[in-house]
Amino acid sequence: MSYDDLPALLTRLTGDEKHDWSALSTLDALWVLYDRVLREGDRFLLSKGHGPQAYYAVLAAKGLLPVELLAGWGSFDSPLGYHPDRVAAPGVEFSSGSLGHGLGVAVGVALAGRRVFCLVGDAELEEGSNWEAVHYAGRARLGSLTILAIDNHSSTHGWPGGIAARFELEGWTSATTGREHDALEHALTAGDGVRPHVAVVEVSR
Amino acid sequence: MRARFYELARAALDADPRVALVTAEIGTTAIGPHERHFNVGIREQLLIGVAAGLALEGYRPVAHSYAPFLVERPWEMLKLDLGHNALGAVLVSNGASYDAAPEGRTHQAPEDVALVAALPGWTIHVPGHPDELEHLFREALAGDDRVYIRMSEETNHARVDGGGFTVLRHGSASAPLVLAVGPTLAPVLEATAALDATVAYTATVRPFDRDALRAALPATDVVLVEPYQAGTSASEVSAALSDRPHRLLALGVPNAEFRRYGTPDEHRAAHGLDAAGISRSLEAFLPG
Repeated sequence: MSYDDLPALLTRLTGDEKHDWSALSTLDALWVLYDRVLREGDRFLLSKGHGPQAYYAVLAAKGLLPVELLAGWGSFDSPLGYHPDRVAAPGVEFSSGSLGHGLGVAVGVALAGRRVFCLVGDAELEEGSNWEAVHYAGRARLGSLTILAIDNHSSTHGWPGGIAARFELEGWTSATTGREHDALEHALTAGDGVRPHVAVVEVSR
Repeated sequence: MRARFYELARAALDADPRVALVTAEIGTTAIGPHERHFNVGIREQLLIGVAAGLALEGYRPVAHSYAPFLVERPWEMLKLDLGHNALGAVLVSNGASYDAAPEGRTHQAPEDVALVAALPGWTIHVPGHPDELEHLFREALAGDDRVYIRMSEETNHARVDGGGFTVLRHGSASAPLVLAVGPTLAPVLEATAALDATVAYTATVRPFDRDALRAALPATDVVLVEPYQAGTSASEVSAALSDRPHRLLALGVPNAEFRRYGTPDEHRAAHGLDAAGISRSLEAFLPG
């Protein structure tokens, strides 16, 4: 399936045919990640488990999650919840929902030598646990770790000076992009493989 | 006991490529550098997250710190990064209950076992002797589940083989059962020396051996002596005996802000967990 099939998959999830799916802040980044960046043996941890519709739709489009499971998500018998559970849901690699847990686990995966991607939100970065991981990953030069930081400016107190600058100070490389797919692909793969890398994805709220 | 753990951890890293060790500035130097020993600095949420990530990659992670910082501070990481993600790890703490008496409340965590026991799927060991620690740690390394091992400065005079539920002394048919957990065995043996009592021991409180408790209980009275928060395993005793009339006295560290420094001996006595205190409690609880 292609990017153009995602609206139909999202409609299966919500039953809403008229929705403007561009409002989903993670949709393009997840699509480009799964369509162009992830290779066999990589891991992806969705740390920001809130609003996983785009995630489920992309997993279904890529054949990692049976399309039939999309309808009825969040219901008692569905393996797909409002926050994903890796034990229940096919294709899901990390159970999340409570903010600030994915990065620490991704650091453990990177320490084991595996290439790993982790998606966080700008409001999620308010949780201090993220910064424990950011500091350490920079010092340990975890070059196999890439973060997708989706910045839809939902953090109440914001990040004066920007998100990327904070990572750079801690020894990360960074790239900032919008939702255009070639630019996203470039930003996601712009790391040097020596230092950890963050791709800050600017999307409107 | 702690020195034994540091030797065992080092040996496990050297011997087993599946073992990875995560520390947060405590025990780091004693165990020494190794390619699979990761010191994350004073970052205990990351300590557990990294352990979970290593488990996801097929390693058998061992995470070590002081009890308040290993269990209390990152408790949600125990619940979610490990438990909810169905990942295993061996957590080994030092600084039990009032081991750090002069350090004050910030360094005391008598709630640790209750907190871990509140989460599903954890095995909890409370070794009373370095030899028991060695046996239980090796057993934990061989598995892939979630294990919490609470080490203490207090130890018993000798090991009890295996560390599982063991009856050490049989009383009469009307005798109470006194169950000593981990390092409380030494004062329990002293307090019960002249008493008609069945004395049992366990270093493993989760899963709690309910069948063994039922089989060992001669009559109706149970005295549970735990070195951490009083009543932590009371619900297990109640569940084991739900169809049998019984009385339970659960001794341990009271759930209160104690606000004293001093020595572990003074804390033990103040909590009624020395031999004299246990004797007083037994006298008050047992009929005539």
